[in-house]
Amino acid sequence: MSFAMHVPILAIAAPLLGAFSLPLMAKVHHRLRDLWAIIVGAFTVAMIVTLAVQVFGGGIQVYTLGAEAPDATLGPEGFPIRITLVADAMGAFMALISALLGGAALVYALGFAQDGKGKTLSMSLLLLLWAGMLGLKLTGDLFNFFVFLEITTVAACGLIAYRVWESRPPEAAFKTLVMFILGGLMVLLAVALLYGEYGALNMAYLSNQIGGGLIDRMALGLLVGGLLMKAGAVPMHMWAPDAYGEADANTAIVLVANTQAGLYGLLRMLFTLYGGAATPEVGWLITSLGALTVLVTVLMAVVQHRLGRLVAYGAVSQIGYMLLAAGVALVTVGARPEFGQLALQGSVFHMINDAACIGLLFLCVGAVHRATGTGDLRSLGGLAHTERWTSGFFLLGALALAGIPPLNGFASKLMIYQSVFMLSPILAALAVLASILLLAVFVRAFQGAFLGPRQNVVSKPPSPAMLIGMGVLAAVVIAFGLFPDVMVRHVVAPAAEALWTGRDAYMAAVLGG
Amino acid sequence: MSVVVRTVARLLLAPVAIFGAYVVMHGHLTPGGGFQGGAVIASAIALVVVAFGAQRLRKQKKTLSVLEDVGATAFAVLAFLGIGVTFFYNALAGTGGLFGQTVPIGPNPGALNTGGLLPLMNWAVGLKVLAGLGSMVLLLGLLGGDDDR
Repeated sequence: MSFAMHVPILAIAAPLLGAFSLPLMAKVHHRLRDLWAIIVGAFTVAMIVTLAVQVFGGGIQVYTLGAEAPDATLGPEGFPIRITLVADAMGAFMALISALLGGAALVYALGFAQDGKGKTLSMSLLLLLWAGMLGLKLTGDLFNFFVFLEITTVAACGLIAYRVWESRPPEAAFKTLVMFILGGLMVLLAVALLYGEYGALNMAYLSNQIGGGLIDRMALGLLVGGLLMKAGAVPMHMWAPDAYGEADANTAIVLVANTQAGLYGLLRMLFTLYGGAATPEVGWLITSLGALTVLVTVLMAVVQHRLGRLVAYGAVSQIGYMLLAAGVALVTVGARPEFGQLALQGSVFHMINDAACIGLLFLCVGAVHRATGTGDLRSLGGLAHTERWTSGFFLLGALALAGIPPLNGFASKLMIYQSVFMLSPILAALAVLASILLLAVFVRAFQGAFLGPRQNVVSKPPSPAMLIGMGVLAAVVIAFGLFPDVMVRHVVAPAAEALWTGRDAYMAAVLGG
Repeated sequence: MSVVVRTVARLLLAPVAIFGAYVVMHGHLTPGGGFQGGAVIASAIALVVVAFGAQRLRKQKKTLSVLEDVGATAFAVLAFLGIGVTFFYNALAGTGGLFGQTVPIGPNPGALNTGGLLPLMNWAVGLKVLAGLGSMVLLLGLLGGDDDR
């Protein structure tokens, strides 16, 4: 029992310790560094899976840092003063996504990154970003949330920028840094407003206190704005295609997980922190931004001729689908009809499906880069002759992303279409239209890069570690597509329920009673 | 830099570094702590870079980077020491040994061997900050060139 209670913090602390000790290991020998990265990564994944099993089986798990006992959340005066971690079903679900993408990225990086070209740095920052995301998803303290937000900012921008010998990555990192810092400062201001008003930082305690007054609404606006910047919704999306498109493949997929962590933060604030005070207007704002994101980014994807940027716009458009469905759930959260719940489930399910298929596509783009040294669709062609695995994985990921049955993208998109249709048929039609356009974009990309006559380029096949990374994500794409009902019933529904009606249970777990 | 600057820098170097170490070591007793003290020590490195040129310290770049990793790792390991109770639990406080003494009540010159893990964590943070800030200053100096010495 004692070990099981420590699982939430071990999941955060292991990659943190790993990130700082990795450069020391690399000073000894590069093989020791790779071994250490594998050990830390495997331990982290094991801790996250254990946490998920515990949370889905036994309910919310709390952990109080530095207290006499892990579940002693309240201080002597009955006030939650220490930093608490609260792992509910939604937090555990998001941790699973980061385990999937973080683990795949780490394995892929072992084969993809090159010694002497910042391999130690990129793997160390990758672990740091992983730790930051996990902290963001499991923390129950608002200031701690901001701290982890900043950790992910620094690690993500470092990861994008470290290839300084190329001109584009530092520029992309600067754009990202500006947006993330601006968003982070907005979140900090919101935290300061709430702290000034209630004198507390614990999210469960604040959730109990927030009534929806002027200061509360100002803080809500700042939180929504800041976290939408982090999530890359349309008016604030300009950093995302640059960052995804210029970063390494293994970095790009962790950035996708990081973006989803921002989205998770938004949902957590809206449903748990402001569960009693969020109005339908906020829901309509999120819905319309979601629809706008889907449409604008898909149209932008049509005109891209660089494979990385094309997939990047596809990745941003998927965030739009999640926002769209989450907005529908928010609009209807007062009346709690059936389709609002379905919308939230669709949004949550789409997160892990998007993680798997977009992750797979980015890893394929990385493999194409490695094989040919370019990502320009105008000079690529005929790769299917030599790169059989990569082209197969790319086709699988593209079809899943466009929502072709029986792959995983179809399962969650259908839930989103159905529920959005109940609220507004026009928005549902827009969402379907964007999905068709996305299919067209990826058919063009596949045709341009992989089909056609064999070209006389020196081709470098993907290494075994890269194939393992891609294989894991491909297995998830197929498995979730074939058995979506199992996934929805056992994992997605509890996670969505934790947001939809789980606010009281969240408060009770921390505050007692 | 001129001989005036270099002489003053030579004179000030030791007091600045010692004051930084003092702030780090008294972190659990007085205002300040690992971050602030580490920043003061890093300003000593900045003093050397300004007065004598970054080239003087070029070889120390690697040392600083190792020290930074050691500091961060040590902090995480110290946090892990309390895992028998909870993460970040102050396992050494009140145990009576070195650093485990209780703080005397009333005016006193400051008992350094109190606070349990807190002074050790301050040292780790101090190391991390002095190495991190120091290498940043050093890198800026190296990148900018220092032909005006």
